[in-house]
Amino acid sequence: MNKLGLIIQREYLTRVKKKSFILLTLLAPLIFVALFTVPALLAVYAGKETKTVAVKDPSGIFVPPKDTTKRVRYELRSEPLDELKARYKKMGYDAVLYIPSLPDSGDRKMEVYYFSEGQLSLGTKSSIERRIASSVEDYNIKRSGYDEEVLKNFRPDVSLKQKELTLNEAGELVEKDKQNSAGIATAIGFVAGFIIYMVLMIYGTMIMRSVMEEKTNRIVEVIISSVKPFKLMLGKIIGVSAVGLTQMLIWLVMTIALISVVGMFIPMDQMAEAQQGMQGPPPEEMSAVMENLNALKSQNWGYIIPVFLFYFIGGYFIYASLFAAVGSAMGDDMGESQPITFVAMAPIIIAIVLISPVIENPTSPLATWMSIVPLFSPVLMPARLAFEPPLWELLLSMTVLAAAAFFFVWLSGRIYRVGILMYGKKVTLKELGKWLFYKE
Amino acid sequence: MSILRLEDVVKIYGDYAAVNHLSFAIPKGAVFGLLGPNGAGKTTLIRIITSIIRADTGQVWLDGEKLNTKHPGQIGYMPEERGLYKKMKVGEQLTYLARLKGLSPADTKKELRYWFERFEIKDWWDKKIEELSKGMQQKVQFIATVLHKPKLLILDEPFSGLDPINTNLIKDEIRKLNKDGTSIIFSTHRMESVEEMCEHIVLINKGKNVLEGKVTDVKEQFKDHIFKIEYAGSLPPDLAATDEANDSFEIKATTDRELKVKVAENADSNEILRHLISKGVHIRSFNEILPTINEIFIKRVGESDE
Repeated sequence: MNKLGLIIQREYLTRVKKKSFILLTLLAPLIFVALFTVPALLAVYAGKETKTVAVKDPSGIFVPPKDTTKRVRYELRSEPLDELKARYKKMGYDAVLYIPSLPDSGDRKMEVYYFSEGQLSLGTKSSIERRIASSVEDYNIKRSGYDEEVLKNFRPDVSLKQKELTLNEAGELVEKDKQNSAGIATAIGFVAGFIIYMVLMIYGTMIMRSVMEEKTNRIVEVIISSVKPFKLMLGKIIGVSAVGLTQMLIWLVMTIALISVVGMFIPMDQMAEAQQGMQGPPPEEMSAVMENLNALKSQNWGYIIPVFLFYFIGGYFIYASLFAAVGSAMGDDMGESQPITFVAMAPIIIAIVLISPVIENPTSPLATWMSIVPLFSPVLMPARLAFEPPLWELLLSMTVLAAAAFFFVWLSGRIYRVGILMYGKKVTLKELGKWLFYKE
Repeated sequence: MSILRLEDVVKIYGDYAAVNHLSFAIPKGAVFGLLGPNGAGKTTLIRIITSIIRADTGQVWLDGEKLNTKHPGQIGYMPEERGLYKKMKVGEQLTYLARLKGLSPADTKKELRYWFERFEIKDWWDKKIEELSKGMQQKVQFIATVLHKPKLLILDEPFSGLDPINTNLIKDEIRKLNKDGTSIIFSTHRMESVEEMCEHIVLINKGKNVLEGKVTDVKEQFKDHIFKIEYAGSLPPDLAATDEANDSFEIKATTDRELKVKVAENADSNEILRHLISKGVHIRSFNEILPTINEIFIKRVGESDE
């Protein structure tokens, strides 16, 4: 094995074998999946309690639903409220619901009372509220004398269908259905941008610390008497990138596996119902969720994922090498060299600040040009991907990124080779610049 | 034949010449002392020899060949500030460092077995460096330096921080390696170890060679021609302080049972003996006082600073 291979191997194995790495890698998907599924599971298995409620409704507006499989069963009672309050348990109820009277016309606020011993879950509460609201709505419509059907038709269900216009070979305008929903593209944009930002920050600082550690405990001198500093730096960058990819691969596989395992225990419709119960969106929103799911499925993943990976790797090389250079220039005192770390931190922070305006307006000149600048493009271009930027922009941006990756690795290598041998000197930016031109 | 030869080597940082037209040669098989005060350019010079940095101008020859890419594998370098990966296990770490020096996996295993047995540290293999004491870490560092059987061993302050037992252990190993043909460079300012270990020295100051040669020759060159004479009984009262006849010696100091006599440069030291005996002094010992390397060091560095 050549020396670069040896370095990559060491950088990789020492990290992957660490207990903290194994723990984090195995636990993170568990926690992630648990976060999403435990509430649903609880709702499906433990939270599937039905409450029977005695309803005292003097005004007689409340219409109990006919469907008895619901979360709450309502029974109208005519006994006086005080008697119900005293005896509801003996009568076999979990609570007493008291609907005092209708609010005055013009006042939309309405207060209803729920008497019981135990706590009321959020889902049950909103379910009861919706029930009453819909009863009151029906009652009001009837009382005002309008036709219910006519009124319901006043509220249209609007959905924006996108059509993509292109010219075919014959020069004719062709229109095509486009599944792309802006909401999903925005979500994908933010997630993609943030993933890259997080990874660059986490692994960048990991490399910086590792370089600093080698410098301060002086092993670096032993190693570079065997290999060129550039090889050591490159080996470190590649080795750590392999660590990152390993971790993400494990996360991906574990998440998919866990979700499908958990999924076997939760029927899909129940899951949807459980979540609906949890957050309580009105039923119309469910169709929007389904639409989003469809849009998510219909995204061109075969295009997004490879391009995302390209930016991921390009950005990684740029920032990893920058952080390595910064690490080499620092002494053992992190605080004293803080201004230097800003050299690597500043561009990526600017990129993450720009992500919002870029996603809001993905075809603006700002978005176009900033996603070509190689220090920002690893965050900004993936954020625009779901909005399908023009091909020329993408190709230009990718070319610039690839060239910049080589350039930054070379540049950082020149700083690194000087920096790791410098001790006890406070390094300024000007000094860093000088190092670039030092002869070997 | 010299193992290492430097010809007019220059290394300039900004406007500061760390190594300034330096030339010297180290005979093959020598134990060679590279001496100099702090900031003299020793570390820069070692980094040039180990190919960590390149000289601006001048030539370095290792074993008759101009410095090239295969040479780092033939040099073992132990920096003054010791460094090992603290969280790595001893066995893994040494394997890694040996492989980086170009040793094959099989040779690495063989050499490691030899050294682990030799230092009786077989149970350290799976220990992390941070679990070892400082002295133990030094042993590991030493093994890392010599595992690949270098032709030239460069030790920067090898005994700093070592207790007397480990110092002797390492000294013995160095002597043994030297006997087996390894040339050794000691970079140090601890002069007593230089006198004990080195046959040749070069003294550099401000990047320049201020003194070079065999330790015995250097001492000879800088001696003050002073002899120490121990005697029994008492001195005769008529013993003159100087030799009035031909000014060939001068008694510098007397204490109880000891005389210090400076002999003129071209005079025969037997003259003083004859003179003293003729005066009836009962002589017990007669020694020339040679300057220590330390004294020469201070003198020469002081002179070259002026």
